[in-house]
Amino acid sequence: MVAAWVLLFAPALAFLGIVGVGLRSRRISAGLAIGGLAVSFFCAVALLLQPAAHTLKNAAESSLTWVKLPGLLLEFGILVDPWAVLMSLVVTGVGLNIFIYSVGYMKGDAGFTRYFAVLSLFAFSMLGIVLANNFVTCFIFWELVGASSYLLIGHWYDRPKAAEAGKKAFLVNRIADFGFLLGILLLWSLSGLAGETKTLNYLELAKRLEFLAASPAVNASLLALAGGLIFCGVVGKSAQFPLHVWLPDAMEGPTPVSALIHAATMVAAGVYLLSRAFFLFAASPDLMALIAWVGGATALLAAGLALVENDIKRILAYSTLSQLGFMVMALGLGGRAAGIYHLTTHAFFKALLFLGAGSVIHALHTNDIRQMGGLLKPMPVTSATFLVGTFALCGIFPLSGFFSKDEILAVAYAHDPLLWKIGTLTAGLTAFYMGRLVSIAFLGESRARHPAREAPPIMTRPLLVLAFFSAVGGFLGIPHFLMGAPNHEEMNWTVAVTSTVVSAAGLGLAFALFRLSWRPLPWLTRLARPFLTLLERKYFVDDLYAWINRNVQQRLAHLSNAFERYVIIGLWVNGTAKMTGLTGSALRLIQTGKVQAYALLFLAGLSLLTFLSLGKPWAR
Amino acid sequence: MGPVSWILLLPFLGAAALLGIPSHQVKWVRRIAAAATGIPLVLALFLAAAYSKAQGGFQWVDRIPWIRALGIHYQVGVDGISAVLVLLHALCSFTGVLISYRIKERVKEYYLFYLLLIGGVYGVFVSLDLFFFYLFYEMAVIPMFPLIGIWGSGEKAYATMKLTLYLTAGAVLALVGLLSLYLISGIRSFDLIELSRYLAQNPIPGSFQRWLFPFLLIGFGVIAPMWPLHSWSPIGHAAAPSAVSMLHAGVLMKLGSYAILRVAVGLLPEGAYTWLPWVAGISIMNILYGGFVALAQKDIKFLIGYSSSSHMGYVLLGIACLNPLAVSGAVLLMFAHGLMTALAFAAVGHIYDQTHTRQIAEWGGLARQVPFIATAFVVSALASSGLPGFANFVAELLVFFGSWETYRLPALAAVFGIVITAFYMLRAVRTGFFGPLNPRWAGLKDAAPFERLPYFILITALVIVGCFPSLLTDLIAVSVPSALSPLEGLQVVAMR
Repeated sequence: MVAAWVLLFAPALAFLGIVGVGLRSRRISAGLAIGGLAVSFFCAVALLLQPAAHTLKNAAESSLTWVKLPGLLLEFGILVDPWAVLMSLVVTGVGLNIFIYSVGYMKGDAGFTRYFAVLSLFAFSMLGIVLANNFVTCFIFWELVGASSYLLIGHWYDRPKAAEAGKKAFLVNRIADFGFLLGILLLWSLSGLAGETKTLNYLELAKRLEFLAASPAVNASLLALAGGLIFCGVVGKSAQFPLHVWLPDAMEGPTPVSALIHAATMVAAGVYLLSRAFFLFAASPDLMALIAWVGGATALLAAGLALVENDIKRILAYSTLSQLGFMVMALGLGGRAAGIYHLTTHAFFKALLFLGAGSVIHALHTNDIRQMGGLLKPMPVTSATFLVGTFALCGIFPLSGFFSKDEILAVAYAHDPLLWKIGTLTAGLTAFYMGRLVSIAFLGESRARHPAREAPPIMTRPLLVLAFFSAVGGFLGIPHFLMGAPNHEEMNWTVAVTSTVVSAAGLGLAFALFRLSWRPLPWLTRLARPFLTLLERKYFVDDLYAWINRNVQQRLAHLSNAFERYVIIGLWVNGTAKMTGLTGSALRLIQTGKVQAYALLFLAGLSLLTFLSLGKPWAR
Repeated sequence: MGPVSWILLLPFLGAAALLGIPSHQVKWVRRIAAAATGIPLVLALFLAAAYSKAQGGFQWVDRIPWIRALGIHYQVGVDGISAVLVLLHALCSFTGVLISYRIKERVKEYYLFYLLLIGGVYGVFVSLDLFFFYLFYEMAVIPMFPLIGIWGSGEKAYATMKLTLYLTAGAVLALVGLLSLYLISGIRSFDLIELSRYLAQNPIPGSFQRWLFPFLLIGFGVIAPMWPLHSWSPIGHAAAPSAVSMLHAGVLMKLGSYAILRVAVGLLPEGAYTWLPWVAGISIMNILYGGFVALAQKDIKFLIGYSSSSHMGYVLLGIACLNPLAVSGAVLLMFAHGLMTALAFAAVGHIYDQTHTRQIAEWGGLARQVPFIATAFVVSALASSGLPGFANFVAELLVFFGSWETYRLPALAAVFGIVITAFYMLRAVRTGFFGPLNPRWAGLKDAAPFERLPYFILITALVIVGCFPSLLTDLIAVSVPSALSPLEGLQVVAMR
């Protein structure tokens, strides 16, 4: 258990160290960040080697009291089980490669030390989500990764686009977390219905839900509602449709950040939460169907967006969206292990692809694939590893992506044939856009303005490590490790063969179109035109949000402001002041200074009093 | 004389000492002001650390009879709630004095009024006698008039007049309530402890309580500030010099909610049961309306001003729930919001003193030029948006948990409030601090190393309480139940 606590807090200490002493020295700050994460990595390995971690039943928990008030006990605790160990390994292992790569990539950047400080903060927060044993601790770290993502996207804050993208990411996630927090509150209420103290602890909730779901006191739809609200948070963090809009823009951040946070780990946190709180979602079949369809829709729609994009990082971002959709779909269909398996392999090959893209951007100073080309010779390591990543992503046997995607498609085939078809179609589209990317950016003649040169070893070595894991990730026995038993499921040949054929067709078609310049029948192009417009405008989702922002939120703000200015301040406050002033002016008229006037008033008052003292004349 | 009396006395002693110093001795003036607020800070830390949770109740009580015939005693002391608020005030006033190094004209007079204001606020938090409570309450309001009128900026004449009149009107309303309370109780004593003990045995008739409660609620609600009585506050913030804004938004507003909790709820429990559900409803207006108005602001100080009135809505909601959890959250939020808003005003003041404009759109890209101040502002923006790690998050979370089962709809609005907060705060950060630097501000100076101390103090306090909230919640948890104890047994009546 000590190892798990050290695992969590090592990057936090690194963060404090950098803020405290290292901010002036680049060497110290990078050293602290990498050292902190390395400690975490070794702790994760130590946890893996512990025999207890291999059995699912032996989930180890350790917690401290954080806040204790009448009616509320919030704990700060960690829960170590095989899922958490695997995820910690992914975060620290992939993270370590990316930290090291960053030293080369960010060399010479003015915000170098700030970059490593926030990166360490991110690692701490991410590990917090992974290890948290209750919803509140999870939510704390959930928000913290959001904040570190905000700071890292906006690392180059004087670029308007980066500043805007950071803000957008934070706000979209905040809207999603509105749902998440409400879900937590509702779940907390429900947990106490049987008369026990209310709790948000995962294990405790899992125990109670079995009982609560059966009890007539609890409305089953309320439980589903709580799950659905928590799923809102997942939709935001894992950038599912329709809250996916922040992720492509987040590519304004430094490329290693895109690799670590916006591809491999943070965006997968939503998927991880789905698995961590699987008991909650699995209790409601309707909710599970919703989750599966949100995932399936995201997978397909995002793959469509990647088809027409020309920015290399944005293509990869849409691909990330699509793959996250795959994972969410898997979880929604009940394939918990399949989803997390794909999360793991995806972390390897997508981090690899992003770092490869970063290496190209570093050399050519452009993100536009039309200004690349002819990279195989000048950048052999980058190109070779990028190809490995591409084939892994496309699910080509025997690379890791083949196995994990196959698991998901097999689950879909078994549960929902329509989603299986969508998934297979998405696999084809994936192969097509990756084929297009490679054909235009890496093959053919160079169209670059700068001569391409291979990156320094500090950047290429992480590429090699990640390429290795992308290649062999399918043979590491990850599903076995997760489920605690050998994988008995037979290879589903229909699924495997179909997806391989579709992927190969996608790759081949892209190669023919973009490398061999094969042009199909012109009427087909004409037919595709409206679809392409739809894709280029990103299904008009951004336009819709801009419209809502302008016409609802801004209008409401201006309406409130006008009410404040004219009714509250103008009428109510200044009106009172004016009335007081007017009353004074009116009363002033009485004080004329003329004895005759006073005598008249005196007489009038005296008459009135006399009249009244005679009794109630009106009562007679 | 115990530590509480010393905390209360030192600012006044400092003010008296200032009278004896020639105006041109600016250095000594500043030193005395720093000592007169710094020593109370140390003492306030001591109180928070040494308060005996096992014993509970009011501790370090000093009692000196003053006018026996009327039952007026000088009586001070702190419980868990006031210890936390005294600490808040100590932090804000000390950092406020440090921030005031930028005041260059009539320095002595400035500090004189500032120390009187500080002493008055301490007095409200520690008084255990209604007479002195009211005296200090007024004493806290009056120095604002010259402080804004002389050292302020912009529409300062209008602002200071509006603020003083508004708050005085509220105070007079509360005075009517307090005097009625004094007379109806029949024991001829202003002693808060004695009074509440007596009223627990011989409660005021419910019908009278229901009639009396609005006087105290509205009277103190003005400064809380309860919608729609809030309009004095944003313009007051905007016109006041930074250090005064810090105290004003950081601490002064909390006097209202503190007084409602301590006096109105404590002495008129049945009135509270009748009226506070309305306050829960009004808090929605505070939170959402305040938030939306903040969204439309172009002047940064108005933005923070409306944000404050929005966040005080959470405090009102917490108190309106009348359950220990929500009230504890409200008290912690008073603390957290006070520090956060003081930090924001300090940073904004640093910039305004050089740019002479508070229009966010005219700033632009300041992070490049003044990275330290920009960091401080971003921290306050994130804290205000309820980012974990800062005290505001814990406090808001407690209010959410506490109000969720009592008032579902206001709780929903409160949770949505943090979305709105993030919108206007991050928009201000984006427009004012990020993006390319506006070349007009190329000469802006960042905080010099010695000027950074107040920012460090405020941020450290926010982070420590944010990470280890039980340092304060344990204190609060001791005293909130006893503050709510007059309500025991009433629930049944109210239900009927």
